[in-house]
Formats: sequence, structure tokens, C-alpha cells
Amino acid sequence: MPAFLKSPLRRGTAVLAIAALALTGCAQSERDDSSESSEGGGTFVFAGSAEPVALDPFFASDGETFRVSRQIFEGLVGTKPGTADPAPLLATDWSVSDDGLTYTFTLRDDVKFQDDSDFDAEAVCFNFDRWYNMPESAQTDDLTYYYATLFRGFKTGPRADEAIYDSCSADSPTEATITLKKPFAGFLAAMSMPAFSMQSPTALEEYQDDAASNPRTTEYSTAHPVGTGPFTFGKWERGKQVTLEANADYWGEKPAIDQAVIVAIDDPKARAAALANGEIDGFDLVGPADIASLEDQGFQIENRDPFNVLYLGMNQKVKPLDDPLVRQAIAHALDKDGIVNASMPEGTETALEFVPPTVTGYTEDVTTYEYDPDKARQLLEQAGAVGATIEFNYPTGVSRPYMPQPEDTFNVIRSQLEAVGLKVKPTADQWDPDYLEKIQGTAKHGIHLLGWTGDYNDTDNFLGVFFGTPTAEWGFTNQKLFDDLKEARGLPTVEEQKPVYEKINQEVMDYLPGVPLAHPVPSLAFSPDVQGYQPSPVQDEVWNTISIG
Amino acid sequence: MTVTLPPAGGPPASLGVAEDEVHGVSLWRGALHRVRRNPTAIAGAVIVLAFVVIALAAPLLTQYRPGSAQWSGQVTPSSVPGPSADHWLGLDRFGSDMWTQMVYGARQSLVYGVVSTAIGLTAGATLGALAGGFGAVGGRFGIWVDSFLMRCVDVMLSIPSLLLAVSIAAVLGQNSYAVMIAIGAAQVPIFARLLRGSMLSQGRSDYVLAADALGLRKGRIVMSHVLPNSVGPTIVQATLNLATAIIEVAALSYLGLGSSDPAIAEWGRMLVAAQDRFDAAPRLAVLPGVAIAITALGFTLFGEALREALDPRTRR
Amino acid sequence: MLRFVLRRLAQMVPVLVGLSLLLFAWVRALPGDPARALLGERATPEGLARVNEAYGFDQPVLAQYFIYVKALLQGDFGASIQTGQPVMDSFLERFPATIELGLTALLLAVVVGVPLGYLAARHQGRLLDTVVVSGSLLGVVTPVFFLAILLKLVFADTLHWLPTALRQNPRIDATHITNFYVLDGLLTQEWDAAWDAMVHLVLPAIALGTIPLAIIVRITRASVAEVMHEDYVRTAEAKGLAASTISRRHVLRNALLPVVTTIGLQAGLLFAGAVLTETVFAFNGIGQYLFEAIGRRDYPVLQGFILFIAIVYSLINLLVDLSYGLIDPRVRTG
Repeated sequence: MPAFLKSPLRRGTAVLAIAALALTGCAQSERDDSSESSEGGGTFVFAGSAEPVALDPFFASDGETFRVSRQIFEGLVGTKPGTADPAPLLATDWSVSDDGLTYTFTLRDDVKFQDDSDFDAEAVCFNFDRWYNMPESAQTDDLTYYYATLFRGFKTGPRADEAIYDSCSADSPTEATITLKKPFAGFLAAMSMPAFSMQSPTALEEYQDDAASNPRTTEYSTAHPVGTGPFTFGKWERGKQVTLEANADYWGEKPAIDQAVIVAIDDPKARAAALANGEIDGFDLVGPADIASLEDQGFQIENRDPFNVLYLGMNQKVKPLDDPLVRQAIAHALDKDGIVNASMPEGTETALEFVPPTVTGYTEDVTTYEYDPDKARQLLEQAGAVGATIEFNYPTGVSRPYMPQPEDTFNVIRSQLEAVGLKVKPTADQWDPDYLEKIQGTAKHGIHLLGWTGDYNDTDNFLGVFFGTPTAEWGFTNQKLFDDLKEARGLPTVEEQKPVYEKINQEVMDYLPGVPLAHPVPSLAFSPDVQGYQPSPVQDEVWNTISIG
Repeated sequence: MTVTLPPAGGPPASLGVAEDEVHGVSLWRGALHRVRRNPTAIAGAVIVLAFVVIALAAPLLTQYRPGSAQWSGQVTPSSVPGPSADHWLGLDRFGSDMWTQMVYGARQSLVYGVVSTAIGLTAGATLGALAGGFGAVGGRFGIWVDSFLMRCVDVMLSIPSLLLAVSIAAVLGQNSYAVMIAIGAAQVPIFARLLRGSMLSQGRSDYVLAADALGLRKGRIVMSHVLPNSVGPTIVQATLNLATAIIEVAALSYLGLGSSDPAIAEWGRMLVAAQDRFDAAPRLAVLPGVAIAITALGFTLFGEALREALDPRTRR
Repeated sequence: MLRFVLRRLAQMVPVLVGLSLLLFAWVRALPGDPARALLGERATPEGLARVNEAYGFDQPVLAQYFIYVKALLQGDFGASIQTGQPVMDSFLERFPATIELGLTALLLAVVVGVPLGYLAARHQGRLLDTVVVSGSLLGVVTPVFFLAILLKLVFADTLHWLPTALRQNPRIDATHITNFYVLDGLLTQEWDAAWDAMVHLVLPAIALGTIPLAIIVRITRASVAEVMHEDYVRTAEAKGLAASTISRRHVLRNALLPVVTTIGLQAGLLFAGAVLTETVFAFNGIGQYLFEAIGRRDYPVLQGFILFIAIVYSLINLLVDLSYGLIDPRVRTG
């Protein structure tokens, strides 16, 4: 035996090295195999961060469930590619009455559901009525958050009086009219959300049971979703992956790929490694630290136009945050560019207000608080708060699209605050559920990091959520603001809302309940042979435009 | 989990009588003498000493404050400044001086390790001594107490110790005390079993039976005779457990439990934070990881050597 | 023998009952509540109240406990709050992954460790021995997750030699019968699926198995060294028996008992270690699911999984104790 192999440790290492090389060979050949079969057609493998909750999108509110349902289902309204603006989809045209209570949709006449039943106005009304008639057992927020929030109530249950849906009538196979009891300016934009997709009445009747103790575990929700979209459901191996098949009878642009597989990998670095290994073709939510190295290795990075906001919230129930001078001092102490450079992906813009630029009512004409540490110190002296201790809450164990690296963001802000003479007491909590519970459920917090990704293009979806009612998060009662927002929400059309929301944005930035920081850019990564992926700020990303190789 | 290594020493003495028994040297003196002659023991002792010295002398070894994050402006998601004249080991991901973090990290590990082992030792030894003491000399009632206490210990042992630590820490919240209590609690069964075993086996030995026959009070027998004989193995176990405790603290940090301050100088925390930047700066992960391993190694070597030195079977 | 087994099983019962009570209390002692976890950022006070009502969390704790026990006695371990999937089902789905990982690591540790330890004992005092002893010491003190992270970062992220996540390549359409992926591949003769599953096991198994490997090496070495100097071995040598015969007939068999004892001890620890290793490698086993459940305060999953883990852990220990009885007759009185 050669001398250098005498040591068992060395022998062991040699064996391991040989084994690893052999395995590399096999791993390589697998990669070759997959790229061979993918010339036009082929399987597109995508990694999200978690498994879908159910296959019926009406009963969900999370992005991973919607990622799957966007391929299978479609709604009346879609979005213009790459934007959050409504565009025709299953409805080719629509008209709204002047009082904003009646919406008439003209539907496509060439669409069939994936089980061959017809898509027509009757099917549309079936869906609207199904939602309205949900039994009380399904009316909890974990199941029907979107419908409850936007339509205010159901036919039965404690909020039946507030429900804004009145009725739906199928005037002809291609014309459906929805009547509301109260105006809802965001109605059209809301119809682009996956929760309001058109589902096959035939399939629903046969396989779904809305009154089940858990409608997410029915046969429909786990194995039989039927929509009108470019992919049909193949199979779902729980804990492993969801497989979708191309819909050969799709009414629109048929998919160039044969199959789509969605796996869940929790850790962003593991997703990046899987891409580099060739096991997946693309993934979502790229960690900022991985972007540079992925690009160096030749992978494609696609950015979504941000439709989010990250802010430093302040709890006015805790002194000295109730003093506007102190809040302004904090705003002046922050170097937003520095924060972005240290903790967010390239291309992230700093924020002027609590809504992103693409949302109605965004205006650059708001009070800004420039980075000015001297001014900050001055204001603190004025307020008598020099050396005050401020509790700074931030979450651990999480990376949201609007908050990719909370620990780094926290760290930078902390040193900027300490530089103007404030003392910072750090308090970390696990995101789920401790942090959210503490920040949104109790008054036991000081300043904190949080944000929001918009669901659809409606300003109320941002400002209304933050400042529409008194909350434990912000700890203030500003009745004028609440009233203004309520009024704005009730206006019948988006055009009427625009100037009102612009004024509200100015009002908010004068009041300064918190400091909006940035609109972080969420990214996706793909292997070099993937073409045609269309990123969307509201994640309306359908894969019939993708081709591999 | 405890790392119990077998004695790596050689064959037993041919005569079955220890050298120092022949010459009349005390147990501890003899042990020290043997430790001095054993190279691995010396290595272990040196590491332990170095660790303790660095931990205690931290403020003298560096001018910067730990977890200061003062240079966060120099750090971006894809680059972390490396070693330089001002920063011997470069910066860490949050913009603190890496050398400072490492040095104060030793201090943190020492504190965590000592406190949690102390908690485990105190609680576990009390539990075990009670069980063993009652079982050994308490008659029927004593045996019942012994059984009951050991059932409780069994419940704690029915789930893996890391899981136990995680469960306790999850309830107590995100702070350092939670970590120390949790790891201490996970060590309780080990010490309990040890003390109980020691007490019970001594309970059957001649000198206890003799003392009992002479009419000495049971409590007195336990306190002045049985307990002191258990000290040796307990110290050995404590040393070994210290090694495990240091590792488990790091494990809990990995799982997201522990102090609130992300920039805190604690090796486990630093290791976790370094994963993300491994491409840009592998040293951020390697340094704390190696430090944890070497420190645990030192305590393990020393503890093992001590065990061998005190164990009558391997005395030459 | 049978009485021994029955007695041990009977001892397990009060422990498990105590544990289930403890778990119920623990889960509710955790700060935060599952309703908040369910709704996330979209929680509103009314929304939370309605969820709590729907799941019965607003009822007095004692009432909740009785409901829990009643269901338990009927074999109903509840369903995940997050997904609605029955807890038993999700455990059975993921359990084979953890076992597969643990077994592979154990196999690695034994197959590499025992020969290494034996060789080191035979060449005591020489270079080989020193290297093995030092190497095994290092193996013992390196924290599992540090090793796991290093392996992952070096072999997968940087060198791309081995996969770092999942149990199987998503592109391979594999049929699963038992959920032991390697076994399934072999049973269905889908060789590429079996091979792929094995490749995915390599890094996690090495990470998990290193400590047991090191410990087994040390025990084997010490045990063999001790036996080799026993009188009966010297007698055999004096009688003129060939070295190999001595090895086989006398040394090995007698040296094996402590080794088997250790292997048994490691089995339990491996099970525990798998739980941690899984999170590093996104290996869909019970460990990973459990940690996710802790974060989500998914009470039924937590109560069910930890109870199952305790049962499995106790059974493993029971099997190990039984095996001592088989090997060493002196132990059988139990």
C-alpha cells in the first residue's frame, strides 16, 4: 500500500474524495439529461419558499398558494404585464355606472374550464354567489381574509349588514352584471387577485364542500382544482412538490413548456445552491447577499418593480415618541441611502411616503426630512430628550420581500440613532408569531421595523391598512386622519380618489407617525436557458410565456 | 447530550494496587501527579487556561467595545472588509471589529457555560442526592422517593436533550437567561443520575453499613461520608458538561433563540450570522466555529484526563 | 425475556402520560398564539377573535384539555392549524426521511468506525494510532451544525459537487410507496431515483454521522486494546495460534460488547441530531417540520410530534437494552 495511504484518516479522506468525484459525475450527467429534454417543451422547475396551503385560492392569502393558483386559474380582470394596472382577461370589456354601484362585464366567448364545461356569465354569477353565501364556519380571516376585507361581509354572519355585494345577473352568456350596495372604487383592481379567480361550477359542486370543518382539506382543495388557465393540475405530493401540466386547450397563448414543478425550499441560500446545481430552473426571493455571486456564475437575475414599503414604525403610547419633535429628530437622524446600501439589494429606492410610486395618490410634494444629524440633535435638545432610551424592536428568522435582512437594517439604524445621542435598547423576537403579536397586538414596543406588500392597486390597501383605525401598532388617535381615509375609501371611482389621497399622503408625512424607509426590490433568479419570464409587481406571473433552451 | 468518551489509556495495572495507595499519597495529590505526566491532559489544561485568561482579560486585549457595529458603513450585502492594520481580523457582517467579537465571545461562552453547568449541577445533584440518599438509607419510604424522583428524570430523558433545551427556551423568551436556564435544565438528568448512582453504590459499601450499625444518624452518614466521595466524579462530569454546554449554546443561537442583540459577541450567534456572507468572507464562519471546537476540545481533554486520574482502575 | 419487554413497556406508560400532560401545558405556555401566527400581518382584533372562537382557543384551559384527551383516546391526534392536515398523517409522511438519514449516518459511523478503531488498537502507539485518536477527538467536539454548515457551504454552495437541499431532484418523477426514497427506488426498479436519493443523503449523513463515528472509533480502539492484553489472548498467542485466528475468535467477539452498547447509545442521539441536521439541509423530515411548527405555534402538531418522538426514542432505547441481553447473558436478569 502506498505510504501516504497508510493513515486511516488519509485513506478515509481519499475514499471520500473518490466517492465525491464519482457522485459529481452522476450529478453532472443528470444535469445533461435535463437540458437535453428541454428544447422547446420540457419541465420548468421552480422553487418557492413554502408549500401551498391549499389548491383553492379563495381560502388562502399567502403568496406561495397563489403562485400555484395563478397558473391554473384566471379572474375577470388581469394586469398589464409588468404593472399593477387592470387589464382585460376573462372579461374583455367593462363599464361602470355613474354611482359606482353597477359593473357590467363583457366576457370572452371562447373559454372552457379545464373539465370541458363552459365559461359563461352563469359561471361568473355562480362564483360571486358562492362567495357571498359562504357558511359561517368559513367566515374566519384565516380562510376568507380577502373577501371579508374587501366585500365587508357575507350573506349570513355577524357582518351581514355591512356586506357590499348585492347580486349578480347573467344577462346573456357573454354579459354579466354585478350590483353592489355601496361603491367600492378598488373593485376592478381587486378582481385581478387570485382569491377571486373564476372556478368551475361543475368541479366545485362535485368536489368542494364549503361547509366542511376545514375547506382547505377537501378533495377539491387538495386534488381537484379546475380553472381556465394555461396549466392543469397534475399532482401534489405533500411535503415534496406540486406538478402542473400544460393545458393544450387553453384559449390564449399556449405554454411552451410541457410541465411545471413547484418545490418548496425554505432557506434562500439553499435555493441558490439548488439553482447552481441544476436541480431547479428558477426561484423567488433571492437573498441580497447572493445576487452578486449568482450573477458572476452566469445566472439571470430578474427584478420586480417594487410594490411595497418598508418603514420604521413608532408607538406613540410610549414616551418620548408621542412628541412630534422627537419623531422628526429620528427622521433627520436617518441616512436612508446608507441603510439601503448596507442591507438591501441594488436598485432599491428610498421612500418618500408610505405608498410606492405606482399607487394612486402618490405625490412627490410631501414634507421630507433630510439626513441631518445636527438638526436631529437640535430637535432632541428642544424636546428635552437627549440621551433618551428608545426600545427598538426587530424580527428574527424572517426575510420578507419588503424587508430582506431585518438584522442588518436594524443594525445600521441603531448606529445612526446612537450617533445623535439616543440610547437604543434592542429587542428581538421571532417573526412568527411573537414579533407580530408584540407589535400589532400589544403596546409593549417602541420603534420597530415592518412593511407591507400591496395586494392590488388600491391606495386603501396601503394607507387604510396602516392608518384607517386606531391600532396598537401606532398607538395614536388622529380622528381627522381616520375620517379622511374613510371618506376616500367610499369614493366611487379611482379618478375621484386621486387628489384626495394625494392630500392624505401630505397629511401623513406632516404628522409623521413613522418614517418610510425604502421600497426594496424583490428579485428572482433563473438559469441561463430560461426565457420569457415576466415579473410583475403584484406577482401576477403566469408561466405560459416561459421557454427553456 | 453529553460526550462520554471511553478511557483512551492503556492496559490496567498488573497488581491491582495503585502506586499511590502503596505510598500513602492522597487521592487528589495522586491525581494531579498523573495529570502532569499525561501530554493530552496538559494540552487540555493549556487550552482551558488560555480560554479563561482570554475571557477574563478581554477588555485588555482590545480597545473597541463588543457589538458596537461602528463601521457598518463599510459593509454591503456582498462585501465585508478583511484584515487590516486597524482591524486584525477584519470586520464582521454588522460592522464590528472581528477580533473584539472573538475575544468577548470567549467571555460570553465562559459565562454561559459556567452558569448553565452550575444550574444543572446544583439542581441535578440535589435531585440525585435526595433520590440516592433516600434510596440508600431510607428504608421503604426512601425507596419510594427514589423511584418517584427517577420517574421524573425519565420524563426529562424521554425526549432528546437538545429538544428539551429548545422547548424550555421557547417558553422563556428571547434573552440570555432563557438560554442558560434551558441548557442547565437539560443537564439536570445527567447529574441526577450520577449522584444517585454514586449514593446507591456507596450505600452498599462496608463503611456505610458499619457506620449505620454503630448508630450514626443517617443524615450524618450521607453528609460527612457519602457525599464527599461523590465529589470527584461530579467534577469530572461538570468539566465534560461544560464542553457540551458551550456547544449547545451555539446550537440554540443557530435556532434563533438567545439574546436580542444581533451584533452581540457570542460565537454561536456569530456563526449563524456568518452563513449568509460565506461567499464574501468565509473567515466569519470559520473563526467562531473553530473557536467553539477548540474550547470544547480543551475541556473534554482535561475532563477525560481528570477522570482517568481519579479512576482507581487505571491508576498505575 | 417477554416479561422484561412487557415490564419496560409498562414503565413507559406513566412516563408518556406525564409527558402528554406536560406538552399540553408547555404548548400553551409559549408566548404568542396560533391565531396570530395564522393571520400574520393581516391580523385584526376582530379577525383574531373569530379565529380563536372557531378553534376553541378562547375556552377555559381545562375544557380544552378534556377535549384533547378525549380525542387522544380515540386515536385522533388533531390536525395542523396551518394546513388542516391530520397530525398523524404528516408525521408518517416525514418520519421515513428522518429514519433514513439516521440509519445512513449510523451505517457510516459503524462501517468506517469499527475497522478504524480496530486498526488503531492493533497498531497502538504508532503514527496511525496517533492520527486516529486526534482525528476522532476533533470529530467529537465539532458541533454538528458547524460541520453541517461547513459541508454545505464548501461542497454544495462553492464546489457544486453535491446537492444541498431536498431529498430528491425535483426533475425525477419517482414513485413513492414507503417514503423511504432509496428503498422506493429499489423496489420500483427506478434506479436513477434510488441513486439520486442516495446522493442527497451523502452530505447530511456525513454531518450527522461524524460524532458517532468518532465515538465508535474511540470505543472500539479502547475495547480492543483492553481485550488484546487479557490473559486468555496471551495464552492463545503462547499456544501458537495464528494472529488472524486470535483476532477472529477471541479478540473481536469479546471486544464487541462495549461497541454494541455504544452503537445503541448513538442510535438515540442520532435521532436527536437528525432533527437539527434536517433544518440545515432542507431535508423534509420531522425535525424541520417541528421547528416550523414551533414558530407557527401549531399546537396540535407540536403536541403530537413531540409525543411521537418520545415514543420512538423510548422504543429505540428499549431495543438497545434488549440487544444487550442477547449479546451478554449476564445482563439478562434485567
